[in-house]
Amino acid sequence: MKRSLMLLLLLALMPVSPLQALAETPEEQGHAIAVEADRRSSGFGDCTADTVMILRNREGQENRRQLRSRVLEQEDDGDKSLTLFDSPGDVRGTILLTFSHKRGDDDQWLFLPALKRVKRISAANKSGAFMGSEFAFEDLGSRELEKYGHRYLGSESLDGRECFVLEQIPLDSKNSGYSRIISWLDTTTYRLIREEYFDQKQRLLKTLFCREYQQYLGFLWKAHRLEMVNHQNGKETDLLFANYRFQVGLTDRDFRKNRLKNLRTGGGR
Amino acid sequence: MAVRTPTGSPSGRALGLGAAAALLLLVGCCTVGLSMELQGTVSLEGRLFPQASAYQGQEDYDASLVLEPELYWEGEGGLSCSLKPFLRLDTSDPERSHSDLREANLLYGADSWQLLFGLDKVFWGVTEFVHLVDIVNQTDLVESPDQEEKLGQPMLALSLEQEWGTLEAYLLPLFRERTFPGSRGRLRGPLVIDSGAAEYESGAGRTHPDLALRYSHTLGNLDLGLYQFFGTSREPLFLPSAGQEEELIPFYSQISQTGLDLQLVEGQWLWKLEALQRSGQGPGRGAVACGFEYTWVRPWQLDLDLGFIAEYVRDQRRLADDSPYDNDLMLGMRLGLNDAQGSELLLGMVQDLAQPSCFMVLEAGQRLGESLHLSLSGYLFVRTAEQDPLRFYQQDSYLLFKGSYYF
Repeated sequence: MKRSLMLLLLLALMPVSPLQALAETPEEQGHAIAVEADRRSSGFGDCTADTVMILRNREGQENRRQLRSRVLEQEDDGDKSLTLFDSPGDVRGTILLTFSHKRGDDDQWLFLPALKRVKRISAANKSGAFMGSEFAFEDLGSRELEKYGHRYLGSESLDGRECFVLEQIPLDSKNSGYSRIISWLDTTTYRLIREEYFDQKQRLLKTLFCREYQQYLGFLWKAHRLEMVNHQNGKETDLLFANYRFQVGLTDRDFRKNRLKNLRTGGGR
Repeated sequence: MAVRTPTGSPSGRALGLGAAAALLLLVGCCTVGLSMELQGTVSLEGRLFPQASAYQGQEDYDASLVLEPELYWEGEGGLSCSLKPFLRLDTSDPERSHSDLREANLLYGADSWQLLFGLDKVFWGVTEFVHLVDIVNQTDLVESPDQEEKLGQPMLALSLEQEWGTLEAYLLPLFRERTFPGSRGRLRGPLVIDSGAAEYESGAGRTHPDLALRYSHTLGNLDLGLYQFFGTSREPLFLPSAGQEEELIPFYSQISQTGLDLQLVEGQWLWKLEALQRSGQGPGRGAVACGFEYTWVRPWQLDLDLGFIAEYVRDQRRLADDSPYDNDLMLGMRLGLNDAQGSELLLGMVQDLAQPSCFMVLEAGQRLGESLHLSLSGYLFVRTAEQDPLRFYQQDSYLLFKGSYYF
C-alpha cells in the first residue's frame, strides 16, 4: 500500500512517459498500470444501476434478464454489492449479496423469496456462469488487485486508440476458470476497452468488449455496454447498464443480510 | 367428514378481520401517495398417485389452480406495506382448497431497527432436508409433505441491529392451526384429522400470546443464530375424537424451546448444524440435525454445477405419529445446468437408520421463455417400517406436474 502510494506520488511528479522511466520489470510496469486503473475506477462511494442482460445463442435466439445492482465501497476491503433479480419470473425477488475481500474468499448470501430464506453460499470458486450467461461470477465482481499477478506486455493501437496491453494471472488458479486475462486499457483514461480470457488449457475462451463510456462525478468512466463473446460455444451475452446513480447515500445497513427479506425488487433506492 | 370452508373457522374469521385491516391500511397508504406495485404467480398443478389408495374415499389424482398475487407499496421515510394472499382450488380434496394471507404487513425501517406489524413469514435454519429450528410459522401441510409451505403468522416484530449482532423480538398474538388433508386426500393416516376441532393446553386457546427472542450474527465465515421460544407448539399431538371414531383431534401443548443454528463456510464446503431443546410436550426433548453441502463448480470443465448434500438428523421428541425423522440419514444431489433456461435437478434419499424405512424425492425444473416455469417433482416411498409414521404413506408415492406463469 505504502509502496503504491509512493509510486503514485512519483508518477504524478514525472513529466513524460512515467511508466518506462520508473518501473524496470514488465511485472512492476503491469502492477503500476493496474493500480492506476483501480485508483481511477474507485472513489465513487456508492452506486446504483439498472441492468438488462441479453443472452444470445448460436442461432441468434435471445433471452433477456433484468437486474438491479447496488454497490458500496469499503475503506480497507473489497466492495459490498447487492444484485436484485427482476426477471425472469421464476427468479424474481431473488437477491445476491456479496462482500468481496482483498484477501481470502468473498462472503456471499442468496435470498430465496419463496422460502423467505437467506442462504449462505460458497463463493470460493467463481468460475461458474452467472445466470446462464457468458459472464462468470469472477467477471462481474470487483477485481481485487491483490488476487492477480500483473505483467505489462507493451502498447498497441486498438480502433485508433493507444492502449496498454496488460496480462493478469489469477493467483488462486484452483478457483478461477482462467489461466490468464489480457486487457487493453486506454493510455489516457485507463478505461478498459477489450479483454481476452484464456481457459486452463491456455486456449482463447472469451472476448469482452466495453463500449459506450460516459463520465460521472467528473472523473469516473463507466461503460454502458459490455459484450461478451464465447469463442468455444458460439454464445454471446450483452450487459446494458442504465440509470447509473452515484453517492445516493447507501450505507452498510443497506447490505445487512437480515434486511434482504425486506428489500423489494420493485421499490428501494 | 371434516369438510369446512376455510373462512368459516374462528381463526379464519380473525384472519378475515386481519385482512380487512391490512387492506384498509394499504388503501390508506395508497391515498397518501406511496408507489404501488402488483405482481404474482398463477399455477396449474396435477398430482398423480400411481398406486391404489390405502384408505377408502381417497382419490388417485388431483388438479389444482393456485393464485398468489402480491401487492407492495413503498413510501418515503422507510415505511412499506405488503399484501400477499394465497388461494388454492383443488379438484379432489376440499381441505386442500384453501385460502390464506401469506403476508399482510406494515414495516417501518429505521437506521438500526425495524418494526413489523401484521402477517409475515419468518424462516430460521440452515439444513436442507429438515427444518428443525424453524418455529414462527405454522406448516401448511396440505400444500406439500416437505413442510416447506407455511401459513402467514400474525406478529409484532422488532429487530435491533447492532455491531455485535441482531436481536429480534416477536410477539405472536394469534395461533395458526396446522392444515391436514381431508378424507378424500392422500398423504394421510387411516384416521382423518379434524383440524378445526383442535384443543389446547392453554385456556386461552389460539389467542395465547406466544413470544420469541432471537440473536443472530455473522462472524467472518460463521453464521449463527440462537433463540428462545415460549408458547404454543406448532406440532400437535393427536387425541381420539369423542364423537367421531374415524377422526383424530390435534392437541397443541404449551412449550418452551431453545434453538441453535450454525453454519460455517470453508472453500466450497458449507457445514451446518441445527439443534433444539424443548420442554412441555412429554419426555424426550432434544433434536439435532447436522451435515454439509459441497458445491463442485464446473466439474471436468463442463458448464454446470454439482452440489452434494449429506445430513443426519436425530430427534428424541415423541410427537405422536408426526415427525418421521428420528434417526435418519439424508443424501442429496443437485445439478444446475447453468443454461439460459435455468434447468435444475434435485435428487434426494432419506434412510432411517433404526428401521428399514426409505423414501426418495425428485425435483426437476426448467424455465420456458421469461414468464413460464415448468417443473416435475415427486416422492417415492420405497419401503416403510411398521413403527414409522411414514407407513401411512406407503401407497402415496406421487408425481407432481406444475406450470407457473409469472405476471
